Amino acid sequence: MSVIQVNNISKHFGSLKAVDGLSFEVQAGQVFGFLGQNGSGKSTTIRMLLSLIHPTSGSIQIFGDSIASNRNKVLEEIGAIIERPDLYPYLSAKEHLQLFAKLRSKKITPSSIEDTLVKVGLQDRAKDKVHTFSLGMKQRLGIGIALLHNPSLIILDEPTNGLDPQGISDIRNLIQHLAKEEGKTILVSSHILSEIEQMASHILILHKGKKLADGPIQTLLDPNKMIVHLTTTNDEQAIQVILASSFSSYLLKRSAGIYLSIPHFEIPLLNQFLIQAGVGLINVESRNSLEDYFLQLTSNSN
Amino acid sequence: MKSIISFELYKIFRRPRTYIAFGAIAALILVIQFGLKVDGQSYAAFLMKDINDTLTVDGNVLNGYLICYILLQLLLVHVPLLVALIAADMISGEANLGTLRLLFSTPFTRTQWVLGKFIAASIYTIVLLIWLAILALFLSMWVFGTDDLFLMKSNYVVLIEQSDVLWRYVGAFVFASFSLLTVTSLGFLMSSIANNSIGPIVGTMSAIVFFTILSTLNIPLFSMIKPYLFTTHMNNWKEFFDIQVSDNNEAITGSILNVAKIKTSLIVLSTHIVLFVGTAVYITKKKDILS
Repeated sequence: MSVIQVNNISKHFGSLKAVDGLSFEVQAGQVFGFLGQNGSGKSTTIRMLLSLIHPTSGSIQIFGDSIASNRNKVLEEIGAIIERPDLYPYLSAKEHLQLFAKLRSKKITPSSIEDTLVKVGLQDRAKDKVHTFSLGMKQRLGIGIALLHNPSLIILDEPTNGLDPQGISDIRNLIQHLAKEEGKTILVSSHILSEIEQMASHILILHKGKKLADGPIQTLLDPNKMIVHLTTTNDEQAIQVILASSFSSYLLKRSAGIYLSIPHFEIPLLNQFLIQAGVGLINVESRNSLEDYFLQLTSNSN
Repeated sequence: MKSIISFELYKIFRRPRTYIAFGAIAALILVIQFGLKVDGQSYAAFLMKDINDTLTVDGNVLNGYLICYILLQLLLVHVPLLVALIAADMISGEANLGTLRLLFSTPFTRTQWVLGKFIAASIYTIVLLIWLAILALFLSMWVFGTDDLFLMKSNYVVLIEQSDVLWRYVGAFVFASFSLLTVTSLGFLMSSIANNSIGPIVGTMSAIVFFTILSTLNIPLFSMIKPYLFTTHMNNWKEFFDIQVSDNNEAITGSILNVAKIKTSLIVLSTHIVLFVGTAVYITKKKDILS
């Protein structure tokens, strides 16, 4: 079942196309990773999902309802944090949860407020004012507000921003718990690609407002195709040699280092070829991670 | 809507800034009351120096009713500025803080949010006015006692029996609430346009000063627009203290000289409130929440 269905949405700010003809679907129970560089249109898309920004064109359906015409009904089932965890500095963590509980039609009991504080690890700071909180604590409280009403769909924009390694791990575990144990659908954006790789079952890569790829991570990360990073004694020479060879189509244009996207069985041939061409090889590192895939796609697009 | 109002009221009254206005009003009133208590007779003598030769006034002239009238004349010009501190921050303050996106992603329409916030700001304004009434009227009545209200207008004097005064203050405070709600709605409109706190507060204050000057200028060109400016009508609470006289030149108890003027002012102020809030709703609905 499709929880989010985005059909050809665009958002223009004057002449700037922040999002350009984007379509995707998120199925129930998925942890959907939303990837893109700064300014790629991730936050604009998330804001359109939450009806904070009106699309210039296209339509968005959530739980089968149009966000434009059934906004309140749809938002009742969504919990979200958008970019920074901006909160009221003069209120405590508990007051925040109590206040936001009032804005939900579902009955939120004092015990579920306490449970939420425990869930995000703020039970010991419940009565402290937010102006005394670190960025990480604010982030956790923001997540607490998003989870408070037990929504079916959770949208988290950069949820690990400002968190220490333990905090990042806690949030990752929480997201995985919410998806696996509670059956929530989660759309999570992050610039930390390894985080997404560990959390998401599906990803969408956005670049300059356009979709570059989407699908299950296992499908996108083709195990037969490796990203190879070459360290040589003379990069200029190495690039010239590769460009003049049959390996040229594998070259990813990168400013720092030489990267190739190459079938794994051709890596020994590349090694042999470079040595024969007189290129001093220091290191040949082959990887197949989301980060490499992301870099490959975005650098090709550039 | 009820949830939004209670949400907003909680925030307003938990915020330290809110109490600046209450503190400022209390400080001003107490200082003036102290001054008049200590040296009030000199002040009264100064006020009546022009009519002492023709008129003898007995009794407690400097009573609580007159003190309240003096205080309102002084304060109702400045209270709008204190109202603007909160009203002009209601939407733009949230945008500045970044919490607007949190609010607008809850299951309420933007119209509900703007109206809920306006009602909460209006409740704050009314509470501020009640605070003003308690200190300016009731505290003055307690400290200075009560007697007939003797007022000196520009070219005549008004004497209102003490039994005929209190309801006029009720009317004056109700009228003042319309004046201040107009300021609240103007602050709201400014707040819907900007994404920072200071701009709308300064903008509201500037608009009040600007239109007040236009309202008081006696230039024929501006006379055409004066009847439509809210600032022309904001001080018409004073009309409650102008009394009709009979053919024998005796004051008619329970009467108001110019009821039509009060009605017209209330209509103009209400129209402004509707226009300002309506425009704020329209702007907020169309707005992309980027901050």
